[in-house]
Amino acid sequence: MSEEFKFNDENLAKAKEIIARYPEGRQQSAVLPLLDIAQRQNEGHASEAVIEAVAKMLDMPRIRVTEVATFYTMINTKPVGKYHLQCCTTTPCWLRGSGDVVDAMRKHLGIDFGETTPDGLFSMLEVECLGGCVNAPILQVNDDFYEDLDAASVVKLLEAFKAGTPPEPGTQIDRQTSAPAGEITTLQDLEFAKG
Amino acid sequence: MLQDKDRIFTNLYGLHECSLAGARRRGDWDNTADLIKKGAEWIIEEMKASGLRGRGGAGFPTGLKWSFMPKENDGRPHYLVVNADESEPGTCKDRDILRHDPHKLLEGCLVAGFAMGAHAAYIYVRGEFFNEAAALQKAVDEARDAGLLGPNAAGSGWDFEVYVHRGAGAYICGEETALLESLEGKKGQPRLKPPFPAMAGLYGCPTTVNNVESIAVAPTILRRGASWFAGFGRENNTGTKVFCISGHVERPCNVEEAMSIPMRELIDKHAGGVRGGWDNLLAVIPGGSSTPLLPKSICDDVLMDFDALKEAQSGLGTAAVIVMDKSTDVVKAIARLAYFYKHESCGQCTPCREGTGWMWRVLERMVVGDASVEEIDTLLDVAGQVEGHTICALGDAAAWPIQGLIRHFRGEIEDRITKRKAGGRAAAA
Repeated sequence: MSEEFKFNDENLAKAKEIIARYPEGRQQSAVLPLLDIAQRQNEGHASEAVIEAVAKMLDMPRIRVTEVATFYTMINTKPVGKYHLQCCTTTPCWLRGSGDVVDAMRKHLGIDFGETTPDGLFSMLEVECLGGCVNAPILQVNDDFYEDLDAASVVKLLEAFKAGTPPEPGTQIDRQTSAPAGEITTLQDLEFAKG
Repeated sequence: MLQDKDRIFTNLYGLHECSLAGARRRGDWDNTADLIKKGAEWIIEEMKASGLRGRGGAGFPTGLKWSFMPKENDGRPHYLVVNADESEPGTCKDRDILRHDPHKLLEGCLVAGFAMGAHAAYIYVRGEFFNEAAALQKAVDEARDAGLLGPNAAGSGWDFEVYVHRGAGAYICGEETALLESLEGKKGQPRLKPPFPAMAGLYGCPTTVNNVESIAVAPTILRRGASWFAGFGRENNTGTKVFCISGHVERPCNVEEAMSIPMRELIDKHAGGVRGGWDNLLAVIPGGSSTPLLPKSICDDVLMDFDALKEAQSGLGTAAVIVMDKSTDVVKAIARLAYFYKHESCGQCTPCREGTGWMWRVLERMVVGDASVEEIDTLLDVAGQVEGHTICALGDAAAWPIQGLIRHFRGEIEDRITKRKAGGRAAAA
């Protein structure tokens, strides 16, 4: 039998604020946001106890919450590492070398998709398109996207996480977000920017 | 080439302040009340006249969609729902709007919401866009503090709230009725239509679901005029559009350009050209993963708009251009997309649930030539059985890339099968 899960005060307030965004009687709409905050409080794991607590709070049958929890990739019904590494390998990332990135990660960490390192620091998951394709390949670490990676830079990134000094999220090469690297071809002649 | 003065998303790359003050300097929230005072009918007619077609993939005329909402209120609230569940492989344009130009979207929500009689909008942001949703929420809070949202929003006399709702990782929730199910706290499984959302959508109430970009361009269209927007692109394909150029180009990027720009010009001007030069091009997926790929011969002079790409037996989709040079294993590239659809099928309809997995497994064998030539036609037949026989368009989206592959690269698949057979015989001899 799993432990009981209780929203802490901060999350309880947050949960109430979220539920208030939906019309009265439609509190079920809050199920994903609540699973998300509860999972965060529970080391990234939407356990049976988490599901039970969310069901109670929203006055839903537990099976309805379970049904939702198991449908969405981001609700982790199994424990994950402190750094949950979500590797995009869909075609746009694959064309830019996500295969090399994933191989380097496997080799460096000694784990594969669905596994966690023995120290509990890293877990790896293959995910579908993350929606940052012009900055491929992309690795999502917990909430953050690390972009424009290759085999060498991803190993550096993992080492930085291990050392507790992760770099700024976003592109890991010299470019401005989704703009073309090097000279930007548009948005250089804007009136408001001149003032 | 489109000039900067005619670009709507002037902070696409986040080079400038994303805050309300920065947005105001770029012209957002400039006398929004004046637009609203012109009335719902004027807004809808202006949107129709602009020729804007939905930017989420299907290309349905936006003004017309808004006009489907009931004119009279029968007591049920009306809702605007913004689809920010951007997940179509190749597509990452809404991400830039959410994180760098969120006020354009919020102002668009107000004018669109008013035009359809809605006092509330929900923006459904894909769960992976955690930071983007946070940037959007910050913009909502700023706008609310400044009186631009909330009671008497922007001094318009119209009460209007915007709520940000995060998903949790499911491509299918980009389908409008699956999105509504998800927003109601259920599994994201599409609904049978009719009833259409305009009659019975969120919580059974009249609802319009629009893509982020469609809503975010609305205030600029209304300010500068329908004819200004309609002045770009070809007839029936008007306006400006954010294109995403990924894959084997020198400098992948997002860029706002005029509709109907030649594909080659788009790639050469903004993405530094195809890796190794134009002649090194093998094929392009022109509008996100569900649009059939086009071989170089078509890419040479095809225009980037709805009608031109449809004529070429593909589509503009989300305008996500995925470029593949001659080093690409094109069968593998499409097999990976087949796996994507298998993974993302919600499992509700048998043709999609069973078909996507079957098609993927056959394609994986074809990658290494482990198939018979006759199976190519069987694969086409199955793709045709999935297409058009499911509740939502995911089944179609899974079939189209495979049909495109066979249409243009049947010879490549046959060669692999023949080579493997010959290799097998040689080994046996």
